Amino acid sequence: MDTPSYPSPGYLNISVQSEDFDIGLELQQLKAATPQAGALVNFVGLVRDMSVDGKLNRMFIEHYPAMTEKALHHIAGQAFQRWPLLGVRIIHRVGTLAAQAQIVLVAAASLHRQAAFEACAFMMDYLKAEAPLWKKEIGDFGEHWVEARTSDEQAKQQWKLPG
Amino acid sequence: MKITILYFARIKEVVNYSSEDVVLPDGVETIVALKSWLSGRGETWRKLFHGSGVVRAAINHELVDDMATVEEGDEVAFFPPVTGG
Repeated sequence: MDTPSYPSPGYLNISVQSEDFDIGLELQQLKAATPQAGALVNFVGLVRDMSVDGKLNRMFIEHYPAMTEKALHHIAGQAFQRWPLLGVRIIHRVGTLAAQAQIVLVAAASLHRQAAFEACAFMMDYLKAEAPLWKKEIGDFGEHWVEARTSDEQAKQQWKLPG
Repeated sequence: MKITILYFARIKEVVNYSSEDVVLPDGVETIVALKSWLSGRGETWRKLFHGSGVVRAAINHELVDDMATVEEGDEVAFFPPVTGG
């Protein structure tokens, strides 16, 4: 397949890890790396304490190690191409996570707020549709793999450029 | 043609292992042909690839569609629709 090339990507830091992260510290680092930024937007995804089948004790996140970071780089690269971003930070956790744990951080820095807001939404929608990660919910009900939702694919489709 | 196949999540649990090296017979050169060939292994495999669940594929860490071409030495992965984030 063709490897797309992107314009000067600015600051980009992507991690796939089992460890938790400190939102404040991550945003400070992104801010320090993008001194021109006037806007810093972030999204944090959490493990809900309820599943459709009842109370959730924990979640297990499996991934495709050789592909996950590459997919996240690809998604961030597309965001840099579409918005005038100064920096992007993405963290996705894998392994066993307790209810209410942080799963994912997506943060974008730009001169003005609109680019950072839109880029964060875009990157989350693409991450949910394309990054090779799978959630299993574990609770009093037993355990089951989370089913993909068509609304997630639709969320991605809304970003398709015309033509 | 020899390739490596990886399986993830629900699909890994169904086939009961995470990877295998296989030698493909002549003519099996696309993802759709590979799915059909694997389906010939038995009911479990047939249901996996021709049942109601969607099976997505990647070749060498890039998402691909069913018509993508498989080449010698490729790493092919099969997995359910992704649910991260």
